[in-house]
Amino acid sequence: MLTTQASPPRRAGAGGPQAPALTFDHVSMVFPDGTHAVDDVSFNVRQGEFVTVVGPSGCGKSTLLRIASGLTPNTGGVCSVDRDSIGYVFQDATLLPWRTVRRNVELLGELHEVPKNELSGKVEHALDLVGLRGHENKYPKQLSGGMKMRCSLARSLVMKPKVFLFDEPFGALDEISRERLNDELLSLFKSEGFAGLFITHSIAEAVFLSTRVLVMSARPGRIIDDIAIPFDYPRNSDLRYDAKFAEISGRISHGLKEAHA
Amino acid sequence: MSDIGTTSEQNNLATARALASRGTYDRRARGIATRFFPPLAVLAVVVGIWYFVSYVIMNKQRRGVALPPLHTVIQKGFLTWQPKQGLRPILESMLTTGRVALTGLFIATVLGMLIAMAMNGAKWVESAVFPYAVLIQTLPILALVPIIKIWFGSGLTARTIACVLIAIFPIIVNTLFGLKSAERGHHDLFTLHGANRWTRLFKLELPGAMPAIFTGMRIAAGGSVIGAIVGDFFFRQGAIGIGRVIDNYQKDTRTPELFAAAIVSSLFGIIIFVAFGYIANRVLRTWHESERSEM
Repeated sequence: MLTTQASPPRRAGAGGPQAPALTFDHVSMVFPDGTHAVDDVSFNVRQGEFVTVVGPSGCGKSTLLRIASGLTPNTGGVCSVDRDSIGYVFQDATLLPWRTVRRNVELLGELHEVPKNELSGKVEHALDLVGLRGHENKYPKQLSGGMKMRCSLARSLVMKPKVFLFDEPFGALDEISRERLNDELLSLFKSEGFAGLFITHSIAEAVFLSTRVLVMSARPGRIIDDIAIPFDYPRNSDLRYDAKFAEISGRISHGLKEAHA
Repeated sequence: MSDIGTTSEQNNLATARALASRGTYDRRARGIATRFFPPLAVLAVVVGIWYFVSYVIMNKQRRGVALPPLHTVIQKGFLTWQPKQGLRPILESMLTTGRVALTGLFIATVLGMLIAMAMNGAKWVESAVFPYAVLIQTLPILALVPIIKIWFGSGLTARTIACVLIAIFPIIVNTLFGLKSAERGHHDLFTLHGANRWTRLFKLELPGAMPAIFTGMRIAAGGSVIGAIVGDFFFRQGAIGIGRVIDNYQKDTRTPELFAAAIVSSLFGIIIFVAFGYIANRVLRTWHESERSEM
């Protein structure tokens, strides 16, 4: 376990089966230019939980992920997570354009010096999981937006992360591709059993994917609502047209409007 | 009957195919015509003016010295092959100069890339070295000739150094620009997965910089050819380069061969430029957006 602050308040039983995979404990972030991005945010994500944060743009949602991953050190509070087991899917697929799909999926294994023979099996498996079989030798410029995102997912899956951070990964995709990738992400979530922290500004996406949705206020970002999503997995695409789905979406939408006010 | 039927069908098919292929043939022919006709027309006009000046404006005496007609240039400069006359000394000296230019370009590329990598690796190196890189670029090469002579003599080494001095700046600048153009998201990814400086350089920055490095090499190649020819003029020991030949022909008023030598050295510059474009395309076309993948 790595923590971003000295003397973390370790809870009894940390590391046990019910221990949170990711903990935000009164986390605040003030940037050097004085921007107060995140204010006193506390929540946990347990293994097998999929938590989505929705909020107005610029409210510090992405900052939460950068803090969790250690890319941006927080200025207050404690964020604890196993940094060696993080998958981070960026807004942009961030594929290396000079590498084929397969070589892109191999990248993180190379960076972590996974032995070649061990890596190739993991890479094949990840390619299968995201349905990129048959496209291994294509270059990113030959791929659609959805396929680029699949490749980006596969790249992270190779390392079998316990915590998966998603920074609006499907924001740039059209509606159909986005819903399809939502379905695929859910089946990955069930099969791989990671703890997910997902950022989006799409309410439907948040409700459809998550076990819990957190609503964040405008800057400085605070958690103003915490909604458990009662639907069981696997979830069917038609869930989006369910009355209960609409009710929950409405509650989040109202929360967001208040956040803007 | 059926035989005849099949044959006529086949004939029809063949005709249709022939027509279709003639259609594409016509289109391609038109494409070639619109692409090559205008520059050829300009060439014809230039040659026309050449002959006009040569025969109408100049008298016989001046014609031979200042502007010999094109066919004289071709006959004396390209169709003659003697140890000291015609195309042979021109090509032989071009070979020497070409070798110097390419050696200089190679050294400039290796050295320039190393310098750019060091500048990219540490901010203080960049701020320390950059003013001097610019200085090399702004210093007129002719001003350095005497110093080079004192230090390195007047042979091929001195000429090569002249090339390096001219060629290294575009390599440094373009490599540095390329190394710095790696996206922030990519850097975040490498940071996240604990990549050290060298991994970052070799797996992220350097491959991403290849298009810019090729651009730099293309510019540097042109400069290197100029450096080698200028070097021939001033560093006159050792194998004779084309610059020296040009200088001699001017002094001896062997104008047709002078023209031929000038044309050959221009062609060499063009060939180098095109060759680097071709190599860049071969290497980058699989992945880089600006390089066409079908050719």
